[in-house]
Amino acid sequence: MNTIRFASKAFFRQVRSGEVIVMISAIAMAVASLTAVGFLTDRISLSIEKQANELLAADLRIRSPEPIPSGWVDEASSMGLDTAISQSFPTVIYSSENSGLARIKAVSSKYPLRGQVRIANDQLSDEYPVKKIPNENEIWLDESLLYRLNIEVGDSISIGNSEFTASAVLKYRPDQSIGFASLSPTILMNIESLPATGLITQGSRVNYSLLIAGEDDVVESYSQLMEDIIPNSARISDPSDSSERTNQAINRAKQFLSLTIIISVFLSGIAIAMSARRFMKKRMDMVALMKSFGAQKRFVLNTIVIQLGMIGVVGVFFGSLFGFLVEGIISNLLTDLFVSDLPKPGFKTLMIGMLAALILLPGFAFSSLLQLSNTSPMRVLRKNVNPSPPSEIIVGTIALISLSVLLYYFVRDITLLSIIVSGMSVISVLLFYLGQFMAKTLGQLRGGAGASWRYGLANVSRRGKDSAIQIVAFGLALTALLLLTFIRTDLLTEWKKALGEGTPNYFLINIQPSQKEGIKEILESSDSVAPDFVPLIRARMTEINGESVQERVYPEERGSWLANREANLSFAKKMNPNNKIIDGTWWEENYDGSPLVSIEESAADDMGVKIGDDLTFLIAGEKITAKISSIREVDWNSFSPNFFLVFSERALESFPASFISSMYIEEGDTGVLRELQINYPTVSVVDLDPILEQVRQIIEKISIAIQIVFLFTLIAGVTVLFSAVHSTIDERRFESALLRAVGMKKKNVLISLLSEFSAIGLAAGVLAATGSSILAWQIASRLFEITYIFNLSLWVLGISSGIGLVCGFGYLASRKAIESPPINVLRNN
Amino acid sequence: MNSFSPKKDSLFKLKNVNKIVTSPEGMLTILSDISFEISRGETIAIVGASGAGKSTLLGLMAGLDKPSGGEIILNNNNLVALNEDQRAEIRANNIGFVFQSFHLIPSLNAIENVMFPLELSGKENARHRASEILQGMGMKDRVTHYPHQLSGGEKQRVAIARAFAGEPSVLFADEPTGNLDAKTGKNIIETMFALNKTSSTTLILVTHDKKLAEMCDREILLEAGKLVSDKAIQK
Repeated sequence: MNTIRFASKAFFRQVRSGEVIVMISAIAMAVASLTAVGFLTDRISLSIEKQANELLAADLRIRSPEPIPSGWVDEASSMGLDTAISQSFPTVIYSSENSGLARIKAVSSKYPLRGQVRIANDQLSDEYPVKKIPNENEIWLDESLLYRLNIEVGDSISIGNSEFTASAVLKYRPDQSIGFASLSPTILMNIESLPATGLITQGSRVNYSLLIAGEDDVVESYSQLMEDIIPNSARISDPSDSSERTNQAINRAKQFLSLTIIISVFLSGIAIAMSARRFMKKRMDMVALMKSFGAQKRFVLNTIVIQLGMIGVVGVFFGSLFGFLVEGIISNLLTDLFVSDLPKPGFKTLMIGMLAALILLPGFAFSSLLQLSNTSPMRVLRKNVNPSPPSEIIVGTIALISLSVLLYYFVRDITLLSIIVSGMSVISVLLFYLGQFMAKTLGQLRGGAGASWRYGLANVSRRGKDSAIQIVAFGLALTALLLLTFIRTDLLTEWKKALGEGTPNYFLINIQPSQKEGIKEILESSDSVAPDFVPLIRARMTEINGESVQERVYPEERGSWLANREANLSFAKKMNPNNKIIDGTWWEENYDGSPLVSIEESAADDMGVKIGDDLTFLIAGEKITAKISSIREVDWNSFSPNFFLVFSERALESFPASFISSMYIEEGDTGVLRELQINYPTVSVVDLDPILEQVRQIIEKISIAIQIVFLFTLIAGVTVLFSAVHSTIDERRFESALLRAVGMKKKNVLISLLSEFSAIGLAAGVLAATGSSILAWQIASRLFEITYIFNLSLWVLGISSGIGLVCGFGYLASRKAIESPPINVLRNN
Repeated sequence: MNSFSPKKDSLFKLKNVNKIVTSPEGMLTILSDISFEISRGETIAIVGASGAGKSTLLGLMAGLDKPSGGEIILNNNNLVALNEDQRAEIRANNIGFVFQSFHLIPSLNAIENVMFPLELSGKENARHRASEILQGMGMKDRVTHYPHQLSGGEKQRVAIARAFAGEPSVLFADEPTGNLDAKTGKNIIETMFALNKTSSTTLILVTHDKKLAEMCDREILLEAGKLVSDKAIQK
């Protein structure tokens, strides 16, 4: 007969039966978690990236020491991109009484293309965002300049040949980074006013920037186009270069979200495998009957595959619908958190769901279905005739391949994938053997326990391989959930630590040696912690191993930029505690030999230098050559003064240095600041709060997103636990009824069930807590590059939650069986 | 005692049939050297104590399993030489079953259960045929009932209707009254024999029930996997 017609009829007739619903639910859950987590992840990533774009005030920035050719702007405009131009340079400005060094940032009318500038009407007023730039004869200036020049908003100042009115206090601009060069107090000016100042002449040290914004793919095309055109001295930056600090947070968040996708898919796979097992068990009689009535093996197999396909379609439909709804609800709840102009989920959701079902369903259900199609017709006469299961190695390999293929589609992170897939595979094998070992040994140990416990433990032993499979399912689900919990806890702690109370919120720059004591006194008198003063010396690198830095070929474009720019050098006896030596050694505290230099890891990589290389610098007209003695990893999250290049003390101490310092001043404690600014007007006090706030906002968004995604994955995990218990529910229901029929009390039936689940939960919990700790350590150290601290209480929590969850779900799933009158169960059996 | 003598219009021929299985304790002989012949239209009772090998023999005769040795010939087809699919085809066209535990599909109602083998073998008008036979068995009001809504006797009636609906040349019944009370069992047996008479089906029963065995033409007695007697029943 027509297989499709028969299979469809059978499907529609049986769709209301329990096992079909469980199977559909498992697929729907897989699809829903993939689509919801996937889309949420997409949105969060996009949202975070959009916010990161603010750090550039654009989607792309081209920086050059030469004026931006009009052709570059015209090209961008012809591609439909928005453009803005800025020029930035240091200069001395004058009020009627005083003068001071400032960095002029002259911008064109569309600046900033991303984010907003915030100003205040005077020092004491609240700041507000503006969508314009200063008028032609006006400037907005940093608060510290008002003190330095001893002027008020509304007063005039001279910049070059022009007079300007200081019309507002510049509180925040999106592209203010915390590089020391840009920490000079800034003046924002209309670019149209610049020529009249006469400050830009040949040889002026000006940074020219072209800002670009628009559709992602167009920006990308433009970036690729410009890479071939721009000279070596120019540099293209996208948001990923904008800030080490936020960049690291964003990358970690993306990796965490990838991890949640992997875990979701993994859990879905287990749920499908467990429900397919029950599907198989429940349908073995049916297949035997079909065969006894003359159905051929191929017909049976086709019928199963078609039904499975139908289950898949229904599962994908409901899963997509559910995923779509959940995603929509979460997005709506978090409108304030995410930028709103993100694409709505659409057809792609369905495609993802279908793809997931197409790969996961055969991958995880295949072995059960193959086993089902091999059911002997003899089973109609003898219930104990069971089809032989395919080899565990084949089953595991098929599942592993399908999982890897699917995950590679979603997460192109080979390191993460290989850690999880190999880790989970090892844990599965260990769980399976532990299960088999328990099944063997519990049979011997059970003699000492009470009757109910004895029966429960005997069940673990009696179910043998079934118990082992349940332990694998529970164990893997627990491992996945614990792993996610461990990593999440580590990440949140790390971020909290990085941006917690006491993170420096002010930088003091341009401190002269004679001013150090006075500043220290002011701070000490106001109970602020006395700051460390870090020396800063301006220099230019001229040669690397005797080769001119201009002629040298660098492995990375950034290397050329780092070597050719004006560098900020420092010297120290001891290393900054936030740094870590990854190669070479730091010098002795009393070292007074030939000059040594320690270089930051990424700078060394990009410039292509290593331990033992010579770097030559020109400092105040004098050449000095230092040998690289160590390569450091720098924690840019620390918000303390960090340098790419730190010299041994003796090498630089004779050169004129200014000092910088970072400090924490409590909000509202403006007295200290005022005192500092009045007494030391030449010292620049830079408020880091707006930058810190920006980083905090990004990290807070990421943290919230992580919590939401984590919750969703938690639900997926719980469903697996439920489906694992459910896979043996018919057997348990019958056994409970039988025990009660022969006189066992309901309470004792419950104890026997709980003893079985406790044994399974304990085994799964111990291995899961241990396995997830090892995986978390690997992921934390190799991927997130954070220090993993083994947490005994979390480990214990893992085990107890294993027992608790398995018992809890075991009870919930079996409750009906225990509570319904035994006669009903026995009669229906 | 084995009795094997060629008969006219032979439907089944079993020659030196053995069934040996491997168990944790070693090789286990379930059936040993079984030979007999069955003619078309005969009613046969296979009797014996539990574990004597009755159900195994039934399964082998129906081609549900293969013997370890010997020959089983049904309608000139040697089942032993056929693969699983070829045996299935023979079952589809020749064999019906009635089981002790009814084996109704819980998700299908009475008429759908009867239609099931008809649809499986691609027979036309499955619904009409199923409805007709259920009505003939007094189940008119029960056609849309699901198995859990039916009594034991009703379930077995549906199972019998299902077995006869495909007009098989041989019907195997494995303890058909084993799960029924005496009165219901008697009714079921009467129905089964009546249908057997009208459709000239060969009926092969496995039973413990002496009275049921006595209703058959022949009784084959198995003991510990061996055929100990094969005798015609005096009525």
